[in-house]
Amino acid sequence: MLYDAGKIIAGLVIFAAFFTVPFWYGSDKTSEMPKLELTAKAKQAGQCVEPKEQMRQNHMQLLDDWRDAAVRDGNRTYTNSAGKSYTVSLQNTCMDCHANKDKFCDRCHGYMGVSELYCWDCHLDPTKEKNLWASTDGNS
Amino acid sequence: MNVMLPLFAVIALVVLAIVGVKGAHLSGLFGIVIPYAAFVIFLGGMIARVIGWARSPVPFKIPSTCGQQKSLPWIKADNLETPHNTAGVIGRMALEVFFFRSLFRNTQADYSGGEQKLVYGSEKFLWLAGLAFHWTFLYIFLRHLRFFSEPIPFFVPFLEGLDGLLQIGVPRLFMTDLVILAAVTFLVVRRLMLPQVRYISLPADFFPLFLILGIAISGILMRYFIKVDLVSVKALTMSLVTLSPRMPEGPIGAVFYVHLFLICVLFAYFPFSKLVHMGGVFLSPTRNQTNNSREVRHVNPWNYPVKYHTYEEYEDEFREAMIGAGLPVEKQAATPSETAE
Repeated sequence: MLYDAGKIIAGLVIFAAFFTVPFWYGSDKTSEMPKLELTAKAKQAGQCVEPKEQMRQNHMQLLDDWRDAAVRDGNRTYTNSAGKSYTVSLQNTCMDCHANKDKFCDRCHGYMGVSELYCWDCHLDPTKEKNLWASTDGNS
Repeated sequence: MNVMLPLFAVIALVVLAIVGVKGAHLSGLFGIVIPYAAFVIFLGGMIARVIGWARSPVPFKIPSTCGQQKSLPWIKADNLETPHNTAGVIGRMALEVFFFRSLFRNTQADYSGGEQKLVYGSEKFLWLAGLAFHWTFLYIFLRHLRFFSEPIPFFVPFLEGLDGLLQIGVPRLFMTDLVILAAVTFLVVRRLMLPQVRYISLPADFFPLFLILGIAISGILMRYFIKVDLVSVKALTMSLVTLSPRMPEGPIGAVFYVHLFLICVLFAYFPFSKLVHMGGVFLSPTRNQTNNSREVRHVNPWNYPVKYHTYEEYEDEFREAMIGAGLPVEKQAATPSETAE
């Protein structure tokens, strides 16, 4: 027999509910990965500053290094692993191709809950401040 | 031996995961089958353990107390140290579960003083490291909900923001990562350095510590050093929780499988190890009982109905003979006073 059955069962229900949260919580659950949209210019370029796999995993590291290089050391030139040089600039290099922040950056960042990015504390968010957007490219 | 065995066991688990995924290409086994199995073992095992405890009767009132029991109204009672009602028990349990109050009283014997006397001193570091470890573990556990939910609950970004408040590096350094490493390292070193604690430490004490250290280190490596494609990771975890398991198209680094496999081992090991204290703390009779044995009689649940013969019944049976033998009786035979009573 079960002593204090009421309390035991209540406790077990709370325990099971807590540990199965991922199974019952959330209305937008899907096993699909978020789809990114590349701008025409990005498609045309074919490759980012570094290979795609590396950018997926390490873009935050690259951006951090770029920030330090440009802002702290005044070094505006980046040479990638293939020997090609790029101007170190989020807005003029990265977002020249990836001008569609809301359909590129935000898709994965939203999916992964990377919400506390402070990129846009200093840089212009093209989806919010269109008038101030300095890009000469008109495909956003 | 007590240290090396669990250490090599954890290293073997790490190697197993790497070889299994990169050598034998069993990413489906390590990514889908083992996580499901571990989760089922964990949930089922914990429930079975709790049911097992709940089926065991508690024959005695055995709260361990260290305060004035509730007695006469003019004697001040301590309802947290020796609770006499449910509210007191809840307060006492809450302090125990959330702040490890009993561990705060931890003492340590020391014989190394100048006069070679055995001295007992207060020892708060175990309490502090234990508290830091458990709270950061919970914090990190909740933080991981971002891999298991869509939409992500509101408190997860809040926890992450608070954790990464220092904005060191990208991805931002989580303070809990440092705290859990420091706390678990302390718990390991304590078992190694103190002779009397080392003497009573078994492989089952070191194994969970090394396992959790392995989980923390692999997680830290994955976040800051050997990065993996997290979107693929979340695609995998979400396919698990939507019960439509599927390996993502892109490859995921081996360090992820090491992290996941060690967690699976932890989950599967949980119900059969000292780690069940997660559930056990709520069911320990020395903590969850009221100390009200003077107010309420505690009946041993396994007492079976005893057929007993009271003195009154005995006297009724033998009254004539007792009077005949000159023995005193409480009630005289067939006197009117019997009915008057």
